[in-house]
Amino acid sequence: MHSFEYSAPHSLSDAVSLLAQAEGNARPLAGGTDLIDQMQTGRFRPALVIDIKKLPELNVLEFDGDGLHLGAAVPCYRIYGEPRIVQEYSALADACHIIGGVQIQSRASVGGNLCNSGPAADSTPAMIALSAICVIAGPGETRQVPVEEFCTAPGENVLRRGEILAEILFPPRPANSGSHYRRFIPRNEMDIAVVGVGAFVELEDDGQTIKTARIGLGAVAPTPLLAEDLSASLSGKPATDSTFVSAGEAARQIITPITDMRGTAEYRKQITGVLVQRVLATATARARGEPSEYKPGK
Amino acid sequence: MAIADKPQYNVIGTRPIRHDGVDKVTGRAMYGADFRMAGLLHGVIVRSPYAHARIKRIDTAKAAALPGVRAVVTSDDLPQHGARQVDLGEGAVSMRHLAANVLTDDKVLYRGHAVAAVAADNVHIAEEAARLVKVEYEPLPPVLDVRAAMQPDAPILNDDVRTVFAGAPEVNADQPTNIAKHLLFEKGNPQEGFAGADLVFEREFDTTMVHQGYIEPHNATALWNADGKVTVWMSTQGSFTAREQTAELLRLPVSSVKVVPMEIGGGFGGKISVYLPPVAALLSRKSGRPVKVIMSRADVFEATGPTPGSHIRLKLGVTKDGKLNAAEAWVAFEAGAYPGSPVGMACMCVFACYDIPHARVEGFDVCVNKPRTNAYRAPGSTQVAFAIETVVDEICTELGVDPVELRLRNASRKGTQRVDGPTFARIGMEETVEAIKASSHYMSLAPQSRSPDKQCGRGVASGFWFNAGLKSSVTATVNADGTVSLIEGSTDIGGTRTSIAMQLAETLGITAEDVHPTVADTEGIGYTDVTGGSRVTFSTGIAAVRAAEDICSILADRAAALWDVPADQTKYENGGVTGPDGKRISFKELAGKLHLVGGPVTGSGISGEESQSGAFGTHCVDVEVDTETGKVQILRYTIAQDAGTAIHPSYVEGQMQGGVVQGIGWALNEEYWYDEQGMRNATFLDYRMPTCYDVPMIETIIVEVPASNHPYGVRGVGEVPICPPPAAIANAIYQATGVRMRQLPMSPPRLLAELLKS
Ligand SMILES: Cc1cc2nc3c(=O)[nH]c(=O)nc-3n(C[C@H](O)[C@H](O)[C@H](O)COP(=O)(O)OP(=O)(O)OC[C@H]3O[C@@H](n4cnc5c(N)ncnc54)[C@H](O)[C@@H]3O)c2cc1C
Repeated sequence: MHSFEYSAPHSLSDAVSLLAQAEGNARPLAGGTDLIDQMQTGRFRPALVIDIKKLPELNVLEFDGDGLHLGAAVPCYRIYGEPRIVQEYSALADACHIIGGVQIQSRASVGGNLCNSGPAADSTPAMIALSAICVIAGPGETRQVPVEEFCTAPGENVLRRGEILAEILFPPRPANSGSHYRRFIPRNEMDIAVVGVGAFVELEDDGQTIKTARIGLGAVAPTPLLAEDLSASLSGKPATDSTFVSAGEAARQIITPITDMRGTAEYRKQITGVLVQRVLATATARARGEPSEYKPGK
Repeated sequence: MAIADKPQYNVIGTRPIRHDGVDKVTGRAMYGADFRMAGLLHGVIVRSPYAHARIKRIDTAKAAALPGVRAVVTSDDLPQHGARQVDLGEGAVSMRHLAANVLTDDKVLYRGHAVAAVAADNVHIAEEAARLVKVEYEPLPPVLDVRAAMQPDAPILNDDVRTVFAGAPEVNADQPTNIAKHLLFEKGNPQEGFAGADLVFEREFDTTMVHQGYIEPHNATALWNADGKVTVWMSTQGSFTAREQTAELLRLPVSSVKVVPMEIGGGFGGKISVYLPPVAALLSRKSGRPVKVIMSRADVFEATGPTPGSHIRLKLGVTKDGKLNAAEAWVAFEAGAYPGSPVGMACMCVFACYDIPHARVEGFDVCVNKPRTNAYRAPGSTQVAFAIETVVDEICTELGVDPVELRLRNASRKGTQRVDGPTFARIGMEETVEAIKASSHYMSLAPQSRSPDKQCGRGVASGFWFNAGLKSSVTATVNADGTVSLIEGSTDIGGTRTSIAMQLAETLGITAEDVHPTVADTEGIGYTDVTGGSRVTFSTGIAAVRAAEDICSILADRAAALWDVPADQTKYENGGVTGPDGKRISFKELAGKLHLVGGPVTGSGISGEESQSGAFGTHCVDVEVDTETGKVQILRYTIAQDAGTAIHPSYVEGQMQGGVVQGIGWALNEEYWYDEQGMRNATFLDYRMPTCYDVPMIETIIVEVPASNHPYGVRGVGEVPICPPPAAIANAIYQATGVRMRQLPMSPPRLLAELLKS
């Protein structure tokens, strides 16, 4: 590994000014589960590493009238360890449960997962499904960007020089709603999503009709996608298997997957359809309050 | 499950705690990477980014000038070998090929091929220096597919390769080619055999290159001392083989090289060839300091010795009553960059489970732009077992015969002649099939599907592998407290310190705990062949028994001296010496008195027998297939295997389970994923070996049909368990879905594609 400077500022504003001064030659370090590996393989060679994982602003986990405020550096284990998140933002908890193993989960943050901006990041489709908003701090005004607009290309995002993702805001969970995230991997553990699907489903009071739905797709395009039209088209449809199957069919049409060692484009299309159908079914069951055990990989 | 009346043993068949257990579980065992020494430098290898290219120029000036860099070497620093051929225990090999695989000269033949190396004060400087070595390449078209490489117009990897014909008729013998070997075995009259068959099945199979996946990367620390002696501390399956290879590559007498084997974190055949020691030695000679080199995981995948991908055509003729009458196979193996795939072994194994009167097999060893392949657990046998065992299953389906019944009807037994000539002594093929037939697994109801998108099925397959003999040395010294120090040259991968100690203990009539085994370096013990070929418990075991017998006879003499009776009146038996008039002295008591009657007692034993026994196994597996994604779950797995005599049953079971798990990985997801530039999945993230979530507890049935040529009846157990799993799983997938898979791995995309076609 190359030699570099390390700095651990005490406040978000100090971190922002350090980052701004470094003129693009610095990288924030949250859990480091992506960054350290990338530095070791020489993919990134920053002259300065700014440790942000202990900044209080980035470690909030609070519920208020706006919903859930999740600090960008909060590690996965705190997220799925919070019963209200498991209950109200199930898709997020599902995703955090399958990012790496226990060791990784004790470090890896959802902020890091998003800022690394990989097409297959597990928490991103879940956050898209949950309508989450990125709160970005920088030298200028704090600004907000919906998660689905955050990533711009593989490894790239909307952050400007000197900006840090401070928190992610999840709106309050509506009544009769549920969510789920699931990925397909060839093994049952230790893999990167071949396809990942997050879905949020809100039912009418009858429990039979879809009021709103939101589907986030991962690993099927250069960036994680919000299936916007498809999601909108589900409003008013009966929450039945045949609706989910056609949603799966439709999802295959809007993605632009590639062929690589993790799967062919053709295979990713097939799997997207299957996962959309299965994930909608589980999210709907949760919206109805039905018990829905899901074991990753099975 | 003992077949014959088994003799009563005191130590054999028990499960003592392994002698190296505490060091391993507390992390104190010393592996190659743990080795430290004053003045140690760190080496890094510069590797090719191309699958095939000519090297035009190497400029090391910038690297050498970096502060902290102590040495830079290229192939210019290696001695020249010309057309020298050397036998290093596995047949004649070209020294030029061996040398070029260690540091290449004019061409790179695979991505990851070693081009140069640097040594520096620390690994970070060495990495930086490696980046500064400028290599100018002229890229050449690569050939990655075994059949494409056999075409007359294929790019040629090695100008000096000519086809060696073994049994096959010679054609174009003087042309440069990628086909390094063409061999042919035949028995009976295959043409007549097929004419006499009622049904003939001919199928084609493809398998991809896979890696052993040992957890510990290759490593070596070398010190080229001022007196011209070289010492290497390394992870190896055979310190003597490593010494010979290193000495030959450096053109030194073997006695100038000492290899100190460190603990080894897995080998499976992949830690026999040397890659790093000669390079570390050259760096040490230049710098005058010890140099340590450790491979990264990507280096291990790209530049060590995986096992070949293959293309196989297989034809079986069977009579209506289910008797196999004729067989034919055409087997082409990817040798990788240089000749030497185990295709010969594959040809010997392909029909070995069955007594087929007429058979013919042709094999081809073919160079392609991938790393030079090497042994991997039963090398060559798994690929061909996949082919024959799925065709046998097809025959069972077609004839409506139970798969265990058909195997019993055709099983090889004592007197069956293999296609390559040798005749089997007493073997346990039938007994393993019987054991599966009687197992609670096979007798249970086949698994039922849980939902419409999940289908379940059960499959059976068998496999064969040899039991190498080769050479071993053991010495043992009696300690005054009644214990024995045992010194051996077999590096301990699977618990062999204990299985060897137990045989010595049994022979001496003492406990396993009273034997203290040590694996010595190449100057501490006589020549010993590799830990491989399922040979250590068999062959080093024989040497240990002989060392014990040596001690017994010396002790009988010493007791005679102690009692002042003629030496022919004492006898060593049951852990002590008996003499006239009911005299008896125990081993322990006598050990304490040796200083009074002649001094220290040391016994030694060597072994060198060849073995004709061989090991067989039969497996049964239940799978569940997700028919919408093509993903396969292993629900239940049972293996029955003939161990001859299980010295330490836990280690036999461990070998059986480990082999099955590797076989499951090979069956389902493991593969070298290639494009024109080389391997794209050289990480444990994307090279998908099974995790503990992917395999159930593997149920084991040890069958014991003692081998005739070992004092306790031991057969090798380490390798054959990897052979049947791909076929057993393919057969189960067929039962579940009606789809016959004829390519490995049967990964979700491949299986789904077949499911969608059907
Ligand atoms: C063994 C292993 C298994 C893994 N398994 C998975 C998996 O199953 N699924 C998955 O999606 N990922 C997986 N990962 C990848 C990784 O763990 C995740 O992407 C993780 O969420 C990254 O978070 P982190 O806090 O460690 O990020 P870091 O490595 O600290 O940072 C990642 C990137 O984001 C930047 N960054 C971090 N925080 C901020 C911020 N607040 N503002 C601006 N920039 C920031 C960093 O500079 C860096 O470029 C795995 C990694 C490993 C090593």
